[in-house]
Amino acid sequence: MTAEVASGTAPAGREVIKRHALITRVTHWINLICLTVLLMSGLQIFNAHPHLYWGLKGANFDPALLSLQKFPKWATIPSWQDLSTGRLWHFFFAWLFVANGLVYLIHGVFSGHFRRDLKPTRDQLAGFRQTVLHHLRLKFPKGEEAKRYNVLQKLAYIVVLVLLVLMLLTGLTMSPAMDTAAPWLLTVFGGRQSARTLHFIFAFSIVGFVIIHLIAVLGAGPINEIRSMITGRYVVKPDPGDKP
Amino acid sequence: MSGPRDISRRMALAGAAGAGGLLLSGCDRLSRSASFRRVLAMAERWNMRAQRLILPSQGLAPEFRPSEVSPIFKANGSFNPSTDEYKSLRDGGFADWRLQVHGLVAHPLSLSLDELKALPSRSQITRHDCVEGWSAIGGWTGVPLGMILRAAELQPAARYVVFHCADNLGGGANGLYYESIDMKDALHPQTILAYAMNGKPLPISHGAPLRVRVERQLGYKMAKYIMRIEVVDSFARIGQGKGGFWEDRGYAWYAGI
Repeated sequence: MTAEVASGTAPAGREVIKRHALITRVTHWINLICLTVLLMSGLQIFNAHPHLYWGLKGANFDPALLSLQKFPKWATIPSWQDLSTGRLWHFFFAWLFVANGLVYLIHGVFSGHFRRDLKPTRDQLAGFRQTVLHHLRLKFPKGEEAKRYNVLQKLAYIVVLVLLVLMLLTGLTMSPAMDTAAPWLLTVFGGRQSARTLHFIFAFSIVGFVIIHLIAVLGAGPINEIRSMITGRYVVKPDPGDKP
Repeated sequence: MSGPRDISRRMALAGAAGAGGLLLSGCDRLSRSASFRRVLAMAERWNMRAQRLILPSQGLAPEFRPSEVSPIFKANGSFNPSTDEYKSLRDGGFADWRLQVHGLVAHPLSLSLDELKALPSRSQITRHDCVEGWSAIGGWTGVPLGMILRAAELQPAARYVVFHCADNLGGGANGLYYESIDMKDALHPQTILAYAMNGKPLPISHGAPLRVRVERQLGYKMAKYIMRIEVVDSFARIGQGKGGFWEDRGYAWYAGI
């Protein structure tokens, strides 16, 4: 996200800026594909045993933390019940997710994107309460303020990045070979069945993020927002309070 | 009343719904395509290569305390094989059962259950992870497979150990259960031929008289009701050629994850 004024003229009072770097845009859409497939193939895998436990162990005769119905056909890949095919999809897209995520993280660190755009500034943290109130009324910033992420956006992106890393780690904790190579994973997540339950909870936390993210995109002007994530160009509307 | 904003909102929602429908039918079609499945299956090789890279060859899977053992250890797959051969062995208390070790070995072996029990044993309390997602903890006692293989003396071409089982899980001519592991797992100290579970003789439902424990992989690798162990250089000519009963039905040969 760089707030340079792009060449090209905008309608009077509007300013077109370069919002997202190429790597951010490409990795965003690859990530969307990966997360969609991972979620739906993950629900397929979950359907093989739709019960969640806490601790080291858990099977049919142990008390379940949560027992659910199987997810419906439209929510799984493939649509019919087929654990082995679900696993084929899940692991392939898990690798793609990791490779894509590494490109994003390395770029984010070395380009200064994280420090410049994701780290909340002092004035933003001070105005936290006001930003929350504005968001609750679906009032989005205009003018200069629209050129940077607001504090809630920054915090949401940081939380979702942490969740995505936790998805990978809890996923790996379910692997018996990983538990041999890195037993600390079991210590961190409290056992294989806890890791499986957390994997499920984190997955739906990310679904929750995506829902809020989509509502925000719809509220802030979907064409402008989606275009900024495809071409990078973003129209900033003038703040009526600003005098030219 | 619909301003340009509502129209753009509606277009975004319609686009998302359309993309969702395409995604669903597209993924089903791809799931049936043999060539697409081969692309997805590349990840199984990446899983194996990556895990073998970070896994110390003698690294031990976590072991647990007796208090952590599952009160009821779920049995899965076959519970009580119904082949005539198995029924007669079972009715005789497995006195007539003998483990055959053959294939690419210098000295084929034939061992009774008592002979196996007289050999040095290893006991371990480990976690059993089913590919379906559940886990159970149990205690196992048995002979390290490596000890048997060393006694039989592997030939230089030996690459895989195949377990041929008594249970006809699939039914029909190709339904007999079998599994295979490579020498990295076969010679691992925790890979044992277990004849006892939680201090008692191995129950029928858990594979009596003998099952294998492969602690760094998922449950379907751990064949029950073992009748013979064949050492081979390739499993291409066994079963449908994928190295195991579930592998022939689409599951990964390497089940470390």
